Amino acid sequence: MEVEILAFGITRDIVGGSTFKIFLEREATVSALKELLYQKYPKMKQLRSLMIAVDNEYVDEGLELKGQEEIALIPPVSGG
Amino acid sequence: MIKITEHPLNPEDVTSTVFSNEAGAVNVFIGTVRGTTKNKKVVKLEFETYLNMAIKEIEKIIEAARHKWPIQHMIIHHRVGTLTVGEIAVVIAVSSGHRKEAFAACQYAIDTLKETVPIWKKEVFEDGEEWVSAHP
Repeated sequence: MEVEILAFGITRDIVGGSTFKIFLEREATVSALKELLYQKYPKMKQLRSLMIAVDNEYVDEGLELKGQEEIALIPPVSGG
Repeated sequence: MIKITEHPLNPEDVTSTVFSNEAGAVNVFIGTVRGTTKNKKVVKLEFETYLNMAIKEIEKIIEAARHKWPIQHMIIHHRVGTLTVGEIAVVIAVSSGHRKEAFAACQYAIDTLKETVPIWKKEVFEDGEEWVSAHP
């Protein structure tokens, strides 16, 4: 399944845009998504952390993605 | 209660909103843009946010603070967009019956905001730029 992903901060610079598409196995886990991202964009592996948000909430690596969610990359935050 | 805006923040407005007759203390934290980082001169900061999620995460902070301490009101305003040195990036105001709770809740709010709220800042120097905290 093809999913659209939102990218913020340094991940936006790494992928070269605020959204991008990636092809995932059906019901791929968040962990599988991250592995794929690390392969495709090795610079993401150098980040202090990379969290995934699904429908505006931080999620665990084991969550299965259905393809209809709003998926976002959350590199280390630095507000304040 | 929560505002994320590209417009300049006004600490007096935020502070006056948390006053109440039950409060004996009002604590305010104002985060400002520092002019140097690691001996490098900062030209400006660029803040961006994942707005809907950021508001949700700030709501969680206020909710958690209410559970931890008997506070009256807590307001959090954060600026995004381009900020220059000395400008205000964040204002947090808390009121409570006594000062101890107001201090504790305010510290908790800014510390947690810096860890969980999806807002990012890029420091722009005279000779380059860097996303803050992105790398170990």
